[in-house]
Amino acid sequence: MFLTLAFIKPALGLFLGFVALTLVITWFSARKAKGSAAYFAAGRSITGWQNGLAVAGDYMSAASFLGISGIICLKGYDGFMYSVGFLVAYLTVLFLVAEPLRNAGKYTMADLLAYRLSPRPVRAMASLSTLTVSTFYMIAQMVGAGGIIKVLIGVEFVPAVIGVGALMLVYVVFGGMLATTWVQIIKAILLMAGAFILSWLVLSRHDYSLTTFFNHVAAADYAGTKPPINLLDPGLAYGTTAKNPWGAVDFLSLALGLVLGTAGLPHILVRFYTVPDAKTARVSVVWATAIIGVFYILTTFFGFGAATLLKITDIPLDAAGKPDGNMVAPILAQVLGGEWFFAFISAVAFATILAVVAGLTMSASTSFAHDFFTNVIHHGKEHRPGEEVRVARITAFVVGAVSIFLAIQLRSLNVAFLVGLAFAVAASANLPVILFSIFWKRFNTTGAVAGLAVGLGSSILLIILSPSIMDPSGAAFIKAAPIFPLKNPGIVSIPLGFLAAWIGTLIGARDPHAESKFDELNVRATTGLGAEKASSH
Amino acid sequence: MNKPPSADWTRIANDPAFLELKRARRRFTIPATIFFLVYYTALPVLVGFFPEIMKKPVLGKVNAAYLFALSQFIMTWALCGIYVRIARRWDKMNAALLARLAPDSITTSH
Repeated sequence: MFLTLAFIKPALGLFLGFVALTLVITWFSARKAKGSAAYFAAGRSITGWQNGLAVAGDYMSAASFLGISGIICLKGYDGFMYSVGFLVAYLTVLFLVAEPLRNAGKYTMADLLAYRLSPRPVRAMASLSTLTVSTFYMIAQMVGAGGIIKVLIGVEFVPAVIGVGALMLVYVVFGGMLATTWVQIIKAILLMAGAFILSWLVLSRHDYSLTTFFNHVAAADYAGTKPPINLLDPGLAYGTTAKNPWGAVDFLSLALGLVLGTAGLPHILVRFYTVPDAKTARVSVVWATAIIGVFYILTTFFGFGAATLLKITDIPLDAAGKPDGNMVAPILAQVLGGEWFFAFISAVAFATILAVVAGLTMSASTSFAHDFFTNVIHHGKEHRPGEEVRVARITAFVVGAVSIFLAIQLRSLNVAFLVGLAFAVAASANLPVILFSIFWKRFNTTGAVAGLAVGLGSSILLIILSPSIMDPSGAAFIKAAPIFPLKNPGIVSIPLGFLAAWIGTLIGARDPHAESKFDELNVRATTGLGAEKASSH
Repeated sequence: MNKPPSADWTRIANDPAFLELKRARRRFTIPATIFFLVYYTALPVLVGFFPEIMKKPVLGKVNAAYLFALSQFIMTWALCGIYVRIARRWDKMNAALLARLAPDSITTSH
């Protein structure tokens, strides 16, 4: 067996090193995190390249690093679609969302929506959608984390999940957005370093020749343990076959969810409030796109490459007895780089999970405190100074505790569909209302509430009726034939979200207040006039 | 924070220079968004519905499917680069606009 105690110790040492470093950052950040703008938006003082790295660190989750390398190794080309979709999505963010959001908002996505619509219903729905997306996304990360930590450093699942949750709470509760930002920046640098070294090591096994590399991938045989297959050929996961007649449609649905979901992910959107102005938000998207793009191109090497270098028996089995794709990257590191590199990649995976869950908790608790508590319950007024931040800290504890509890309950679950659900909800519920609110004068409160509710409800319902939850063989939650044939609901739920927002607007009475405020939002979003300024330190 | 009275928002919103800025932004973002969405969606459509064409080796063993996927990265970076260059022009238009219509806001920022 590969995973003996000898491999465990350096990994633990590097984990602890990372934890110590991030705690020092949190301690420094805590001294600065005074006041709402400092706590929720890091004082809007983050520079363009810093925020670019932080966006990358916030975005490239365990699903990106461990999940994609695993699915490419086992399913080839179809897994690479994630790499493409996750990157192209940033054009949606850059062209349509980042600058208007920074110009017209304060702390959350709902700020933009509440601008000219009835704040209370819109914020309540937007907050519900944010909490749903963040919680599902977080459970996926935590279930992944628990499993990986168990294999990597030998800590049992339950204490591992509790440990990750507790650590993330320390960053968020004490250090706020500033600490979260720096944890994400360090993680992004570590992840890029790990990806480069891993790719270089893979290439070294193919005589440093791209031709040799692709020749091997085109006849990947898992180091002689399986008959060779061409992993560059599409269709291994989503091919249209007699057994899966909807394969190609499902693949398209996945692709749409990826490209439209990112611009509605609350934990990504809140990052644009941490920079001084819209121009810096733009610069940070460009930095993020450069970094994320390089990373996802590198998945070619450590994804496809793993299938030429690892024996299929090297990959540990998951709960269902199949090779566990999540373990491919660390095992590849071990085979190619030995004990220390295995430890390094494991620590990178751990840092990846921590940085993402911290970002998710931050956005969920900000939304609850700012949108729900202050604006829905208290009609937009803080009763006592510092109340909003205090509520956010308490919410972070609740969100953390709920996620830890659910992650432990759902530990045996395939987590991929939770991430898929998060993207589908983000694309179907959040994106339509964000776009309509910025670009459509007639858009009103009925439209926003309808769009959010239908987008959220339809994507959750379609996932419940999908093969991820319903399986006649009993491999999923419900032992029955799936009612909805696709694993990815986007192709149906995204148009439904847009349609509901549109029809809702037409059904609802014309709102002269909302329409008269459109000029204001339009000018603010375009020119940055009256935008929230960076606080001076 | 500067908040011009509400009448000012409408005045700015109807100012020819503001409308020109909006038009300039739209002239780029609308076609560029349509272009990248079509170019991107073509990938899962071609790969999913015409796998035999996309499996054809083009460069050595590398097939059309992988090359098209790789081109998406280049397309994304290229559009990012173009956007940033063009956005500099919008920034200049915006600065001129604000200097004329909301001079107070300029002195307080940066």
